[in-house]
Formats: sequence, structure tokens, C-alpha cells
Amino acid sequence: MRRVKAFIISYLILMGLWLILTGFYYDELIVGSVTAILVSLVFSNKLVILGDFRINPKSLYCSVRYIFVFLIELIKSSIDVAGRVLSPTLPINPGIVKVRTKLKSGIGRTILANSITLTPGTMTVEIRDEFLYIHWIDIKTDDIDTATEAIVSKFERHLEVIFG
Amino acid sequence: MIMLIASLITLLGALFLFLGSMGVLRMPDVYNRMQAGTKATTMGSMLSLIGVGIATPEWLPKLIILILFILFTNPISSHALARAAHFAGIKLTDISLRDNLKDDETEEKHDA
Repeated sequence: MRRVKAFIISYLILMGLWLILTGFYYDELIVGSVTAILVSLVFSNKLVILGDFRINPKSLYCSVRYIFVFLIELIKSSIDVAGRVLSPTLPINPGIVKVRTKLKSGIGRTILANSITLTPGTMTVEIRDEFLYIHWIDIKTDDIDTATEAIVSKFERHLEVIFG
Repeated sequence: MIMLIASLITLLGALFLFLGSMGVLRMPDVYNRMQAGTKATTMGSMLSLIGVGIATPEWLPKLIILILFILFTNPISSHALARAAHFAGIKLTDISLRDNLKDDETEEKHDA
């Protein structure tokens, strides 16, 4: 079941990309769909992680909200970095902190790590089981739980519903 | 008018790219440089592409795909670089407060 779902999702993604890149032409549509089926089948072992997507109204709603949360954080983070770079004193207290995640699925953790990298002042250096090691440009706390609250929670809330 | 808005957005993108490269020059160690080099350049290239997309709307779908690829691959590459740097033993800058990853590594070695 998980494999079938992963196959369908990867097929839809590939097909969507192909449609956007080529437009709606009959010949190219056939070539594209055949190639998408082949690629999805050949790489089905690797793509099986896509099967962790939950498809229901609540998770779709959370996906949309997640995209907005993420974009706002991205904008904040670039302005934050720009401000730090421009200020003459270079205000940084860097270090690597350890935080905990509740997410179980591989793809959920991947997306969480990617999102953390693109949010203000944090970058994922390493993942070990449920612990993420994060380079934080401006350390505000020594405690693992407060750090988790500050860095991980805002994304985890939504990703938990989407991937579990 | 549309051209003006598009140019302004592209200019803003270029500004972010410039600040990113300035961050790479000014920051004290690999990890901090990577931070500046990831975030500001992601935003910069996204804004530049959006600006181009507004100027020539028929390219917009393809540019959106480009933006998605940048969004997915940029953090992964910076994560891989930072991880490799840490395992190669590159030290954090002296003003760093702590390094939990290194602490855990030495602990593991101690146990083994």
C-alpha cells in the first residue's frame, strides 16, 4: 500500500514537472507519461519514503499553512542575516546545539532539517535518530527543551499532521 | 510600470546576493559563513527569478520550477558541507559558546 502510494505520488510529481516544462502537446504527453511510469518503477525502492505522505483534508490544510509559515520564516531569515552582516560589530554568539524531534518518518525529518536550515540563524549539521545537531548563530539558551521549543516546534506542529 | 516593479524585485534579489557574499567574507568560521551563504543567496536567487518572471510572464512556470529546485537543493548542499566540515575536524570559531555534537562524539569514543 505504501509502495503504491509512493508510486502514484512520484508519478504525479514527475508528470506535473513535465507538463509545466513542455506544455500540453499530445505527442509529448505520451512520451512524458511513459517516462514518468518507468522512472517511478525503476526508482521505487528509493522513492518509497514518499509513501509517508498522509492524504486527507487536514493534512492538505496543514501543508498549505506550512508553506506560508516557511515562506515567512525564509524572508525573516534573509533579513536577519543581512542585518548581521551589515552591522559593524558582527553580533554573533555561535555554537552547535542539540534538539529533539518527535517526527518518525524519514521524509518528515528531511523536510524539517531543510526548513531549519532556511530559518533565521539556524543550520542543521547532523541528524542522529531523534536528535538534530544545529549550528545556531545566536545562542539564547543552554537547555535542550527551550532550544527545541525555539527552533523546531513551529515547523513540527504542521509536519506532524502531514507525515506523522 | 510592470517592468519597473520587475526590475526593482530583481535588484532586491541582487542586493541579497551581494549581502550573502559579503557575509561569506566577514563571518569568522566555516559554519557561520555557510549560514550567510545559504539563506541570503536562496532569497536572492528566488527574488531575481521572480523579477525575471514578472518581466516575461511566459517564462513564469519554468522559473517557479527553478525556484523549487533551489529551495530543495540549497539547504541539502549546505547541510552536507557543514557535516563534512565537522567530521573533517574543522573547529568552530573561538567566540563560539559550545559544541554539543563534538561533546557527544568524544563521549561515544570514551564509551567504546
